[in-house]
Amino acid sequence: MSNKVDQNRREFVSVATKTAAATVVAPGVLLHAMAQANLRSEPVTDKVRYGLLIDTTKCADGCSDCVTGCEKENGLDMLVEPEGASAEDWDRQRPRWIRTVKVKDRLTGQLSTLPLMCQHCENPPCADVCPTGASFRRADGIAMVDRHICIGCRYCMMACPYKARSFIHEEVERKPTIAPRGKGCVESCNLCVQRRDNGESTTACQDACKHGAIVFGDLNDPGSEISKALREQNTRQLRADLKLNTGVRYRGI
Amino acid sequence: MKKIHYREWGIESPRYWGLLVVLAAIAGIGGLAALYMEHNGHWVTGMNNQIVWGIPHVFAIFLIVAASGALNIAAFGSVFGKKIHKSLGRLSAVLAMALLVGGLLVLVLDLGQPTRLIVAMTTYNFKSIFAWNIYLYAGFLAIVAVYLFTMMERKANKYYPAMGVFAFVWRLILTTGTGSIFGFIVARQGYDAAIMAPMFIIMSFAYGMAFYLLVLMFTFKQDGRPLGTKLLMRLKNLLGIFTAAVFYFVVVYHLTNLYGTENHEYDAFILRDGGIYTSLFWIGWVLLGLLVPMGIVFHPALGKTHGGIIAASLLVLLGGLAAMYVIVIGGQAFPMAIFPDKVIIASGFYDDVNGQPLYYSPSVPEFLLGIGGIAVALAATFVGVRMLKLLPVSLDDEVVDPYHQKS
Repeated sequence: MSNKVDQNRREFVSVATKTAAATVVAPGVLLHAMAQANLRSEPVTDKVRYGLLIDTTKCADGCSDCVTGCEKENGLDMLVEPEGASAEDWDRQRPRWIRTVKVKDRLTGQLSTLPLMCQHCENPPCADVCPTGASFRRADGIAMVDRHICIGCRYCMMACPYKARSFIHEEVERKPTIAPRGKGCVESCNLCVQRRDNGESTTACQDACKHGAIVFGDLNDPGSEISKALREQNTRQLRADLKLNTGVRYRGI
Repeated sequence: MKKIHYREWGIESPRYWGLLVVLAAIAGIGGLAALYMEHNGHWVTGMNNQIVWGIPHVFAIFLIVAASGALNIAAFGSVFGKKIHKSLGRLSAVLAMALLVGGLLVLVLDLGQPTRLIVAMTTYNFKSIFAWNIYLYAGFLAIVAVYLFTMMERKANKYYPAMGVFAFVWRLILTTGTGSIFGFIVARQGYDAAIMAPMFIIMSFAYGMAFYLLVLMFTFKQDGRPLGTKLLMRLKNLLGIFTAAVFYFVVVYHLTNLYGTENHEYDAFILRDGGIYTSLFWIGWVLLGLLVPMGIVFHPALGKTHGGIIAASLLVLLGGLAAMYVIVIGGQAFPMAIFPDKVIIASGFYDDVNGQPLYYSPSVPEFLLGIGGIAVALAATFVGVRMLKLLPVSLDDEVVDPYHQKS
């Protein structure tokens, strides 16, 4: 008898829990899906301009967490060395979207460590030179490559003042759906564009940085964290002489 | 001036076909090399994410530059009314088209996605000098073909002078476009100079003339056709003048660089500390490619011999390849000024640590593809002279008008 009651109670609790869960979660899922559908069906606008602020004073020497985070997010770590390639040559040919660089001031000897990636110029030379328009700048400021029409001429790599682009030198067997890639095309940092389209607010490099040296955000929104920081701090563009109005700014160099 | 008669290249079949088989084999090996690189991906080449344009670009740009220059000989006939050159126009036009096709083949086969050529033909970004060049190259082939027709077809002869001017202007724009591929690159110290375009034009004059002289002398000798000293002297003198003009541009380019402090490091790299690039600049480009051929061409005895002219032409061409290597590869190998006031002392992406040049070690398939392009150009030229009436029966002194300047 008591067993039967227990059984009934158990079933009741189970059904009730599932119903409650479904009632609570389903609208959320639905809303999330709708929100995503909205984000993806509406054209990208220039009301926002995405960018990064790198605080080199916080960037730790020897740390490459941002690189690891980027490579994991964008599937760069899935690429394997082609059979028969020399390890050293392959390392020069393997794509990087972000790298760490240590620099020394020529006069003062001051040392700085910083991550270097596509600077998301307002007037990107890569897009200027691309014969097919595969290299382009989204309305929201993200410089990226349309891999359907990239012919692999590498003129954008010649033109990029930051050496920020990589060519895919080998057959790609495994790739994430968010960052499809194929042999013979060029690619580079796209500020984790898939996250933008999913309504997320960070980049993989920012998430990976435990020193808080990378801030991602909307440069057009005066209230955003990045805009506030840029207003308060002295920052600079790399190769400011080229007047490219980069979306990535550096503090402390 | 006697009437010029033209006739197809009349060498015996075995020699002609033997020549074609050899060239086809070289072109075929180049094709296989391209297939190998395309199939595996560019990791089998020496190119990497630092030096993104390698040996194929050296050959391709060299051939494209030479192509526009090879048309000059025809242009001198129609644009400047030099009768002595008119008889040379047909070969000039065909050689120009053949060299361009050879160069473009190499360029296209080195693309990461050569099968997407149709995309390049249908989707344009008109701010790109590359996109303009696609039109300039295609237009060149079409215009020169029509130009050749106006030379060869009596009924179309009346359009010959106008087409000559059109073709000449087009070729000047084309080489400006080729030079501007580098001239427009603001990112790299060695490029980003307006002088690139005129320098490429004058280089094209020299390389085109060298190619032309070699093909003319070879085809005439094989066929036993007389080639008079008068004409040859005129052409070799032009080669000498063009070579001297290239030398002038090289001097001006580097003097300008030496004047501006921002370019001192680049010039120190090319002229003094660049290892292979410095050697190729001084020994390949300046000494063997410019000074020695000038010395031969203007030497009172050597300059009058066929051997001397052949040697000078070959040296100009080798010097041209060295020049392209210095410009294309050297320009990329030189450290980029990402941090003009700082030195990179460590990098996760092979940046120019401590000012070291970026690394490139060319691979054999790259050379095979480039040489294949030259073989295609020569084969197309020889097929042309065999099938069409391109070569004058004689270019002997008495055929060539000695009083052309008075006419």
